[in-house]
Amino acid sequence: MIDQLIFIALPYTAAALAIVMTIVRWRTNRFTYSSLSSQLLENSILSWASVAWHYAILIILLAHLGATVFPGLWARLLGGRFQLYVLEITGLGLALLSIVGLGLFIWRRLALRRIRAVTTRGDWLLLIALLAQVILGFLVASLYRWGATWYLHTATPWLTSLVRLDPNITALVPLPWLIKLHFAGGFVILALLPFTRLIHAITLPIGYLWRPYQIVVWNRRQTRANRG
Amino acid sequence: MNIRAQVSMVFHLDKCIGCHTCSIACKNIWTDRKGAEYMWWNNVETKPGTGYPVQWEDQAKYRGGWEKKPGSDRLSLRMNGRLGTLGNIFYNPHLPRLEDYYEPWTYQYEHLTSAPEGDDQPTARPISMITGEPIEIQRGPNWDDDLSGSAVYAANDPNLDGMSDDERQMMFEVERLVFFYLPRICNHCLNAGCVAACPTGAIYKRGEDGIVLVNQDRCRGWRMCVTGCPYKKVYYNWSTGKSEKCILCYPRLETGQAPACFHTCVGRIRYLGVLLYDADRIQQAAAAEDHDLVEAQRAIIVDPFDPAVIAAARANGVPDAMIEAAQNSPVYQFVKAWKLALPLHPEFRTVPMLFYVPPMLPIQAVANNGRVEVTRGNNSENDYFGTLDQARLPMRYMARLFSAGNEDEVAQVYRRLIAVRLYRRAQNASGELDESARQALAAAGLTAAEAQAIYEMTSMPTFEQRFVIPPLAREVNIEALQDPFTHKAEAGFGFEREAKRGE
Ligand code: HEM
Ligand code: SF4
Ligand code: SF4
Repeated sequence: MIDQLIFIALPYTAAALAIVMTIVRWRTNRFTYSSLSSQLLENSILSWASVAWHYAILIILLAHLGATVFPGLWARLLGGRFQLYVLEITGLGLALLSIVGLGLFIWRRLALRRIRAVTTRGDWLLLIALLAQVILGFLVASLYRWGATWYLHTATPWLTSLVRLDPNITALVPLPWLIKLHFAGGFVILALLPFTRLIHAITLPIGYLWRPYQIVVWNRRQTRANRG
Repeated sequence: MNIRAQVSMVFHLDKCIGCHTCSIACKNIWTDRKGAEYMWWNNVETKPGTGYPVQWEDQAKYRGGWEKKPGSDRLSLRMNGRLGTLGNIFYNPHLPRLEDYYEPWTYQYEHLTSAPEGDDQPTARPISMITGEPIEIQRGPNWDDDLSGSAVYAANDPNLDGMSDDERQMMFEVERLVFFYLPRICNHCLNAGCVAACPTGAIYKRGEDGIVLVNQDRCRGWRMCVTGCPYKKVYYNWSTGKSEKCILCYPRLETGQAPACFHTCVGRIRYLGVLLYDADRIQQAAAAEDHDLVEAQRAIIVDPFDPAVIAAARANGVPDAMIEAAQNSPVYQFVKAWKLALPLHPEFRTVPMLFYVPPMLPIQAVANNGRVEVTRGNNSENDYFGTLDQARLPMRYMARLFSAGNEDEVAQVYRRLIAVRLYRRAQNASGELDESARQALAAAGLTAAEAQAIYEMTSMPTFEQRFVIPPLAREVNIEALQDPFTHKAEAGFGFEREAKRGE
């Protein structure tokens, strides 16, 4: 029963919340879409925290995504023992890096008055959830070796079954609770997306790579466009 | 030709008395808010000096504006390429720190009345407006106001590198100490660094009038524009997580009023008017060699009386009222017709549209046996009006500020200013031109009529002559395309929300 709850009900609720509330927030309060950078107020700790955290977490997330969407490719990537070693060690290293980065973020928000002045309850909720999740991830990776391969036989079928709207959790039921917590945690964070500053993660401005440098907006032409 | 209109500005520095009324007018209207306390969309700096934020002109440090790599005629942002900017998005290594501005503060005034009875006078301690805690004030806006000559401020002016000891001496020797004021607002550039630096594309130039604005709903707080603007005229609001900048008081302009800082200016140094320019040649002007930058920028500003220009402007949808405003524009006179006003730091290559008439400064005097004497000119007469070789400030310094190092360009401006002075002295003294005035006019390439016009526009322009505000006609822009009743119903009060930071 509890498995059904955290592996079927939670993911769907979280995904629905994330999608619907992101749209609602976009339509009703677009102004709050922001990275809420605090670099102006404190610069030096942030440089270590933000760079370490973001590069580590983004690569980790991409790896999770890759193993889910392209399991065949991923399996081939892991072909030999050597590749597996390299991948596991890289993963652990990145996990450590992300924990250090997040730890610095948290310490900075606790210790510095200026940063505390721009800290909301949502920030704490998010930072604690993320910290729990990356620590769980690190524990899973170090206690239950070779996650890079068993992910393909547990998480991948489960996640794809969720997408196909035909949830299948048989592979997850026998897993240790630490792993289950980490799996569920991912969806808790997804649910936090539209309610916290995490919203900034979906606004990565890729278009910058090809847009023209100068932007001119005409009131007249815009009015025409607005009318559709 | 792709003719567009730009509401442009001239500041006449000879008239600036450094009173900061402009800064206060702007602050009271626009930035007296949480997160914006440290923002001075308009500020007034003492030059030589370090400015605000400290040493903003030092692009080795702040990486603002554009760079022309040797051997290439294409420009790149000095901060980074596009991919590099995205790579730095998690942490911008060139962002000014709050310490480069200052920590905004107020005073604990209520303590003056609420303090318990005691032997000492109660005090009002300074309180940080960010944390609400008592702070030690380290620096503030205009911290170096009037402090020219000081080893801490003036000596660290980035424009001084490359100056000889003699030239420094000329500015800083106590008896000859010299400084002037440099009021600054956003330049509403044609090749804006802020616009180009914004990863989201939230900053834009308004086509009709050239005002550069930050779309607050699109800004995501990536804080790259702060770096991209070489003038440091975009500020990051630490409370809302959005960037903000001077809006050229567009709500005032749209209702026919002069911008607040212009309207309130006590010295009446500010002029506002329309320039027509050829938008197809912006890149060409921005990429000219340093030596030619000023002339290249003047070249894309076109003559509003030229029938070909008028036809091209009309074809481009520029309204007749805008063209008429361009014909009456005091800015056109100062910048193009009289060539008296120069852009600030054209070498940043953003093609700024705020121009400065450089200051003449008072006559030079030296202490001699306890008496202060006016220096003598070449023909050893008392030289009350200054000649170029006796300029109070080294030409090299002025050229660093206003012409990307081209000393001929500033020298020519000074020749004109001096000629106008000599012309007016002759007029006042005898009612006719004497030999020295005639010579000065010839050297400056001015006619007597032009000198008279410059004098009148400088000394006694009316409000309407200083500010030729085109009808921006937002209502017309909308009416032509949308049924006015539909628009009225749709516009209503808009969707008003508090501009509050998100969770
Ligand atoms: C996808 C692209 C992303 C971009 C461009 C991005 C960018 C940023 C930026 C600019 C900041 C503000 C740093 C500052 O204070 O100056 C920030 C903060 C933060 N980001 Fe991201 N981010 C991304 C993805 C993510 C992801 C995927 C996560 C988490 C799973 C995340 C978690 C955070 C957190 C928790 C903070 C706040 C740290 C703090 O100030 O305490 N970001 N991000
Ligand atoms: S001066 Fe104004 S328009 Fe020019 S780059 Fe700076 S903020 Fe942008
Ligand atoms: S034009 Fe308006 S917004 Fe810009 S500096 Fe002047 S008062 Fe401020």
